[in-house]
Amino acid sequence: MWEYTDSVRDHFFNPRNVGEVEDPDGVGEVGSLACGDALKLTFKLDENGKIKDAKFKTFGCASAIATSSVLTEMIKGLSLEEAINVTNKDIADYLGGLPEQKMHCSVMGREALEAAIENYKGGGKKKHELEGKIVCTCFGVTDKEIERVVRENDLTTVEEVTNYCKAGGGCGGCQAEIEKIIQKTQGDKVKETPVSAPRRGGKLTNIQKMQLIQQTINEQIRPALRAHGGNIELIDIEGNKVIVAFRGMCAQCKLAEFTMKDVVEAKLKEYVSEELFVEEDTDSADQPHNHRG
Amino acid sequence: MGTIYFDNNATTKVAEQVLEEMKPLFCELYGNPSSMHTFGGQIGRKIRRAREQVAGLLGCEPSEIVFTSGGTESDNTAIKGALAAQPQKRTVITTRVEHPAVLTVCRDLESHGYTVVELSVDKEGRLDLMELEDQIDDDTALVTIMYANNETGVVFPIDEIARLVADRRAILHTDAVQVVGKMPLNLSESNVDLLSLSGHKLHGPKGVGVLYVRKGTRLSPFMLGGHQEAGRRAGTENVPGIVGTGKACELAAEHLEADNNKVKYLRDKLENAILERCPDCRLNGDPENRLPNTTNISFEYIEGEAILLMLDKYGICASSGSACTSGSLEPSHVLRAMGVPFTAAHGSIRFSLSRYNTEEEVDYTIEKLPPIIHQLRELSPFVVK
Repeated sequence: MWEYTDSVRDHFFNPRNVGEVEDPDGVGEVGSLACGDALKLTFKLDENGKIKDAKFKTFGCASAIATSSVLTEMIKGLSLEEAINVTNKDIADYLGGLPEQKMHCSVMGREALEAAIENYKGGGKKKHELEGKIVCTCFGVTDKEIERVVRENDLTTVEEVTNYCKAGGGCGGCQAEIEKIIQKTQGDKVKETPVSAPRRGGKLTNIQKMQLIQQTINEQIRPALRAHGGNIELIDIEGNKVIVAFRGMCAQCKLAEFTMKDVVEAKLKEYVSEELFVEEDTDSADQPHNHRG
Repeated sequence: MGTIYFDNNATTKVAEQVLEEMKPLFCELYGNPSSMHTFGGQIGRKIRRAREQVAGLLGCEPSEIVFTSGGTESDNTAIKGALAAQPQKRTVITTRVEHPAVLTVCRDLESHGYTVVELSVDKEGRLDLMELEDQIDDDTALVTIMYANNETGVVFPIDEIARLVADRRAILHTDAVQVVGKMPLNLSESNVDLLSLSGHKLHGPKGVGVLYVRKGTRLSPFMLGGHQEAGRRAGTENVPGIVGTGKACELAAEHLEADNNKVKYLRDKLENAILERCPDCRLNGDPENRLPNTTNISFEYIEGEAILLMLDKYGICASSGSACTSGSLEPSHVLRAMGVPFTAAHGSIRFSLSRYNTEEEVDYTIEKLPPIIHQLRELSPFVVK
């Protein structure tokens, strides 16, 4: 059971400003059914350019509904210049705080507000443009977005980033990249985290190399694929060629090529040897969810 | 109205009679059954009786009953113990919809060099026995398949599966924590080798489980130490827990049929009324082969946690397959394996009843739920009027 503040409970049980503003000046839509939460924010300006009315519709858990509700209260009476400065932290603070794992709800609120303001300034441009380069493909989170939650909330670990914007919470394939963004943004603040990964040594014997490849697949690669309902199997190693097969959801996934090149090969190069390259064994591609050849 | 407890697949109320049996074992009869003195030794008789009570419910020999610390320990012992006893075989077959106490153990085996095959289920949550048959071979050490699913209540044809597995000389383990006390069992007539159950799921205390080990099944002990449980599970016995579990099994055996008729009537009434009164909802799981106490319903375009919190305000306790934390994209691994679309999977609610529920509670819930669903749909951007 989540520990929600009275204010969160109040806004959940008695949400303010539900619905859509008639003939809105700005519309912001973020999230999706697949991601588990979505928010549509609409607002109307008065003659002085201040937000006169704001309404929301939200699909999501109690805290998603509460943050949307409180957001509409917070922005009423603000000019757009003031509204754009509302951070996710402001929203969470207004509610007396949110559980750490629910902070992404406050980020969704801020994103919807931004999208709605952009929509107004762009003269009714429909889609909220993503800024930067996509890092987390599962939830469609960009490097700019990650940088921003890290900076605004003083985050130092990948887990925190996941709590705040979901990035890294799907397959986990982008966690190394998130770590780099944290390091770049926070510099010295980042705590040293012990890595349990196998360390690359000097020259490896063939047996050592094979064991290290298997260990890397088991510990570094499989968990990421698992999160997508897939799996990987090591078929053979010929010199520097590592032959693998993808199972389960991965076998038919359009991202399989991408997953293999970007995740498997990169991990094997990082943990075992720069010279390794990966090939997919298509002969043994089998029925879905069958994990053996 | 006070608390309405519809979350009996999570845990159950301890029966008053069970508590009465347990009470003297804390401050009066607190001896250790392994002691040489009469004071401790007499406790052994209590444990023997509990073993008989459990065996009575399962339809097996008392010597085939091993007490553990719970369903999770029983599952771990069964899987790891069966594999350790046949080191030459390296394949395990399970399903995609198992409880984490089985699924996580199996997935961990993969990193120890085992091949793990996860059987899929169809839209109704049913297994394809042909797929199982295709997958078993000489390398298969263990097949571990739950008796009934905790989220949907779908019951698998375990006796048929057990025959199939026995023919191929593999060991069959079944996690039956949701079944024992809800369906009649007769293990002496079945080919099941190992079966897990948990005391607190059938109105017994928490912290006690049972592993049924069919006579002749090779199993290496998981907990090492003393010689308790005939060397199959070390550690001083949880005497009050074991005695309570025995009593709970005796009560379940006595009331099984009458309880189930009542529970099934209440479940059906609740389920039919919800499906009828709430638009855009669907039943998850095979309605034909299902536990009598469980219903899992998806409400489209809204999210499970929000529904639960609204129900909680009225004192109604249910559960949701969706864990809305940022880290879990997955609504529920069971519903996902069944191919339930995202629109419905995020808003699934499980009601699981027991013999302690009343018609009044069901009626109250039928009255309170539809407005909650309506209210949340009003909030949803995916519902267009």
